[in-house]
Amino acid sequence: MVKEIEKAGIPVVQMANLIPVAKSVGANKMVPTISIPYPLGDPATPKEDQYKLRYHRVGVALDALAAEISDQTIFKVKI
Amino acid sequence: MKKAIHYINQFFGQIGGEDKADFKPEIRKGLVGPALFLNTVLDAEVTHTIICGDNFMTSNKDEAIEIIMSELEKLDFDIFIAGPAFQAGRYGVACGTICQAVQERFNVPVLTSMHEENPGVDMYKKEMIIFQGGRSAAAMRNDLKIVANYANKLLNNEELLDAETEGYFSRGIRHQVWREDGVVAADRVIDMLLKKLAGEEFNTELPIPSMEAVPIAPPIKDLSKANIAFATSGGIVPVENPDRIQSASATRWGRYDISDMDRLEAGVFKTIHAGYDPAAADADPNVCVPLDALRAYEKEGKIGKLHNYFYSTVGTGTTQGEAARMAKEMIEYFVKENVDGVILSST
Repeated sequence: MVKEIEKAGIPVVQMANLIPVAKSVGANKMVPTISIPYPLGDPATPKEDQYKLRYHRVGVALDALAAEISDQTIFKVKI
Repeated sequence: MKKAIHYINQFFGQIGGEDKADFKPEIRKGLVGPALFLNTVLDAEVTHTIICGDNFMTSNKDEAIEIIMSELEKLDFDIFIAGPAFQAGRYGVACGTICQAVQERFNVPVLTSMHEENPGVDMYKKEMIIFQGGRSAAAMRNDLKIVANYANKLLNNEELLDAETEGYFSRGIRHQVWREDGVVAADRVIDMLLKKLAGEEFNTELPIPSMEAVPIAPPIKDLSKANIAFATSGGIVPVENPDRIQSASATRWGRYDISDMDRLEAGVFKTIHAGYDPAAADADPNVCVPLDALRAYEKEGKIGKLHNYFYSTVGTGTTQGEAARMAKEMIEYFVKENVDGVILSST
């Protein structure tokens, strides 16, 4: 799906847990998530922490949409 | 002595050039053109030469195959060799076509040779052994020698080595072999790891096929004016699943209006994805479709606008073909509604 969207000329970023898969399939912009069942918030942590993590990683993804890259890129996350 | 049959096109069969490219297949007893040389380097007798026009084979495939098959039915042969086709595209495709048909019908080894840029390589390299050949007929002797060398090993039941060593395009088949050096996998993988850590070159034993690269779309110039859409393959839908998206091997997708919401509430949205434990996403769908965070960025002015809908399907067991089609259908909305960028979460 990511590849089709990118082919249409619309910048796209994939938030994925299995980054090596996203990369081998051909996503150009990738932001890691923390798991498959809960990509953006571990239910074992407090709600505030989950939101903080989610807010941070979505922010990284938004910046990635505006980033100029020349090759497949995995954007770094801090939390 | 074992017997071989050689397939060549109208040009090498001395019928003519492009004007004779619709030449119907003929099978001749004995040797024509490059078959003469092949016969001298092969540990088998080339008993017949098949000549077929490249256009005839590529545009009347079924008829061409049928003519050749009906002739081959009458013959005994141990190996079938086509080409070499060099960089001649239609000739390469023709060699691949006839080799595949012969292999299926007669279950004998088939071999051919092409230059790596011949489109026949990508079409047929998984189906048969195609040797890496030269660009033009100047490489004829060399290319045929390489093919014959391998053919002789086959005919004499000698040990066959891997694609790279033998000089053919990898078919993506893995074989179990006893290594001469006796180094076991555990040692090899640690050696690779040490090289990797030291920043040295190493050769993987399990290459992942390279995928088609997509040109990188131009980035968003000004996020604060951009219209951002969110999509997911995590199966988040309104609890009644109005579009009846399948829980696995999805062929359907939906888009859901979020224009008056600040977050996705549990009990209003849930996941129907059968490939992961739904507990966390059902309890808080924002962990998969982070509407709360996106809305916050919209309020702060980091992005101009969050698109009024989010897009959803299920990614488990879904074929790449279906995924591509669904994405194309979503793109129609993205384009019509001036979406500037998309975030997609996958589970």
